[in-house]
Amino acid sequence: MADGLEPVLEVEGLRVRFGATEAVRGAGLLVRRGETHCLVGESGCGKSVTALAVMGLLAKGAVRTEGRIRFQGQDISGLGDRALGRLRGDRIGMIFQEPMTSLNPAYTIGSQMTEVYRRHRGGSRAAAAERAAALLGRVGMANPGLRLGQFPHQLSGGLRQRVMIAMALLCGPELLIADEPTTALDVTVQAGILRLLAGLQAEMGLALLLITHDLGVVARVAQRVSVMYAGQVIESAPAGALFAAPTHPYTRGLLASVPVPGRQRRDEPLGSIPGTVPRMPVGFVGCGFRDRCPSAMPDCAVEVPLRHRSPDHAYLCRLDA
Amino acid sequence: MTRHIATGIGLFIIGFTLLVALIGPSLVPHDPFTQDLMQRLQPPAWLGGSGEHLFGTDQLGRDYLARLVYGARISLLIGACAALTSGVIGITLGVLGGFFGGRVDDVVMFVITCRLSIPLILVALAIVSAVGSSLTIVVLTLGLLLWDRFAVVARTTTMQVRNLDYVAAAQAAGASLWHVLAREVVPNIAHHLVVVATLEVALAILLESVLSFLGLGVPAPLPSWGLMIAEGKDYMFFEPWVIMVPGLALFVLVLGINLVGDGLRDLFGTRSRG
Amino acid sequence: MGVFLLRRAILAVLVCLTVLVISFALTRVAGDPALAVAGPQATAADLASIRTAYGLDRPLPAQFLDWVVAAAHGDLGRSYLFREPVANLVAARLPVTLTLGLVGLSFAIVIAVPLGMLAALNEGRPLDRIVTGFALLGQALPSFWLALILIILFGLRWQLLPIAGVEDWTGYVLPGLVLSFSAIPALMRLTRSGMIEAMGSDYIRTARAGGLSRLSIVCKHAARNAAMPVVAIAAVQLGFMLGGSIVIEAVFNLPGVGFLAWESISKNDFPVVQAVVLILALIYIGLTLGADLLNAVLDPRLRAQ
Repeated sequence: MADGLEPVLEVEGLRVRFGATEAVRGAGLLVRRGETHCLVGESGCGKSVTALAVMGLLAKGAVRTEGRIRFQGQDISGLGDRALGRLRGDRIGMIFQEPMTSLNPAYTIGSQMTEVYRRHRGGSRAAAAERAAALLGRVGMANPGLRLGQFPHQLSGGLRQRVMIAMALLCGPELLIADEPTTALDVTVQAGILRLLAGLQAEMGLALLLITHDLGVVARVAQRVSVMYAGQVIESAPAGALFAAPTHPYTRGLLASVPVPGRQRRDEPLGSIPGTVPRMPVGFVGCGFRDRCPSAMPDCAVEVPLRHRSPDHAYLCRLDA
Repeated sequence: MTRHIATGIGLFIIGFTLLVALIGPSLVPHDPFTQDLMQRLQPPAWLGGSGEHLFGTDQLGRDYLARLVYGARISLLIGACAALTSGVIGITLGVLGGFFGGRVDDVVMFVITCRLSIPLILVALAIVSAVGSSLTIVVLTLGLLLWDRFAVVARTTTMQVRNLDYVAAAQAAGASLWHVLAREVVPNIAHHLVVVATLEVALAILLESVLSFLGLGVPAPLPSWGLMIAEGKDYMFFEPWVIMVPGLALFVLVLGINLVGDGLRDLFGTRSRG
Repeated sequence: MGVFLLRRAILAVLVCLTVLVISFALTRVAGDPALAVAGPQATAADLASIRTAYGLDRPLPAQFLDWVVAAAHGDLGRSYLFREPVANLVAARLPVTLTLGLVGLSFAIVIAVPLGMLAALNEGRPLDRIVTGFALLGQALPSFWLALILIILFGLRWQLLPIAGVEDWTGYVLPGLVLSFSAIPALMRLTRSGMIEAMGSDYIRTARAGGLSRLSIVCKHAARNAAMPVVAIAAVQLGFMLGGSIVIEAVFNLPGVGFLAWESISKNDFPVVQAVVLILALIYIGLTLGADLLNAVLDPRLRAQ
């Protein structure tokens, strides 16, 4: 990887298992400081699970069987829940897809935010409330003082998501993981949230890992893209390079299926990839895409090598670029 | 796994009790009503008594085992009949309210609320006291008072089913109301009701024992387990087994029925809040 | 919110009226109350004078109205047995029953809620099964039998607690414990399922992502949301307990309203029976109304409606 900025999050060989299914099969990521790194893929490809595994927030029944995770150079793979809890909310923030249900309905916005702040920074309730109000202002909410005293049900989805962002940024984290932050919001609200995230990132020098299935979002904000399929990162490149020269057959199929004004003729059918995303049983060997791939070869049933089209453009396929 | 074992134990208990109730009285050498004041309060065989009365005798010299076995009959009979009666009342109310909604439902909910507001045991005692105690009266009283859970469950499940396609299809095809209710609605809520029925049988058995214990249930000399406990109460400090045995029988039977009810609930996937 | 409460209040009044009719009818089912007062040796003249004295010679609807009007003024009639105003009798005994109910509910909550939370946090594991099994056993246990067993244990073996009467607070311990068993299974199951649902919710995931401590997550964030249905059920259970206290009071010889009712039923003292049924029903209705109010307080979302 060419870029000079230091890596904030490094994931190598991550494997997560749910019973007899493997949701993540050896995924790897690198997110640098100040970089917006989009992890993109269809539902079921394992991108959310990857993020949850990094944070140690996997649901019951899911187990991380392998993988090394480094945060700011420090190996956090072996850390217990309590130690990870010290990092969470403080140096690593995470926001989720469903703002409508992600806030506790029984407590005010203010009490939820101040609790997080005081957990990591201590101090008085007043100081925490001041900090919370400041962050609410920074995420673009008018009248933060009023909002602090309100309950989640009194806010719209878009506002609740802004609260979530503010809460995640309270302690000035170095890494923000956003799992489909705009998917559940109206299109008109989405743009605002994305702009907000981009602005905050520039301001605070955050590393932003943005998980999404929407290529439009990727095109708008990503500096680096990792494409995920069936539990593996099958292609990873700077955004421009990925859109200009998609290499993996899946990436090509994905990009071909997105309508772009001016690119297709009116009566030309949209490209699509036949079949559906499979569930990968434990012990599956070889390329997970081979059943749907137009260029599949017998060799694809064996372990696929990681290849490079250029120093910072990697892909997981036997085909040449 | 534990669930299967538990349900199995429950089924065994019920089956065993049923067997005892059916053929027990003919197997036991003594009859539950014959008094023998010379043989009062004989301890059971394992506490030093003679083998003549395996479970000893009560305060009037009646064979304890015979009374226990006959009592099984009474408990099961009352439990089943009361549950049946309350089921008919409750299910009818619940289905009507759930199916028609609106005013009808308001009335049904009102009736249910009234029923829940009155103190159950008190009213049952008052009815039995007023009308006189007999098996029939106890069954009817319990049946008239225990229908609330049937009604609530029947109502909620009917409301869920009412909006489903096959009900609308039957109505659109011109089926009579009776047909729709009997052939489309009830069969599809039946599994929920079976679960409620098992729990209601257990409740009826427990309540009958309470009424009999308080002297206003099954009339003496019929050997209801509750009545036996009441009769044994005066001697319990010296002969605790007099109350331990029928009490244990009650406990085990009700437990068995509840286990089966829970097992059915899991089987039909009808777990709800609490 | 106000409209909702108003509706509930009107409904409560209607239920009260219906209960009035029921409890009145209950005592008239037996036939001639005059016989009960006079006893089997009464002459026709005695019966006639008793009827006039108690207003039993008036038509039934008139008797009902008389009673309702009197009850509204706090006059619940005169006991046939004690020759005292029923209101006095009830007032003297009600505190005992209410105390018993509250003690029972307190025991039930103190035992059931932590157990339910313990089971929820260990879902599927042995501890969960043990706790759930314990609740199952409690549900099958006949309360009067448990009471007798405790009386044998504490009356005979360990002379620690009184087994009859309520000279001081210790007299409420055993009866309260037995009473609590009727509510523990339901409360425990509800707590357990509520906690399981809360712990699996999105806002708990947010709390974990914020790095909050396990203690705060379980006891503050999850428990608060799980508590709401438990509160409603707890109030209803208290209502049932008050109605069911009759057995406990009979076994432990407690001078409460239930014991009074039992005696009155056995001795056909109808005014008392009528009044007790009414009082207990009113308390139950009040409790459910209170539970709705409490729910509104606990759940901010309800207040907005």
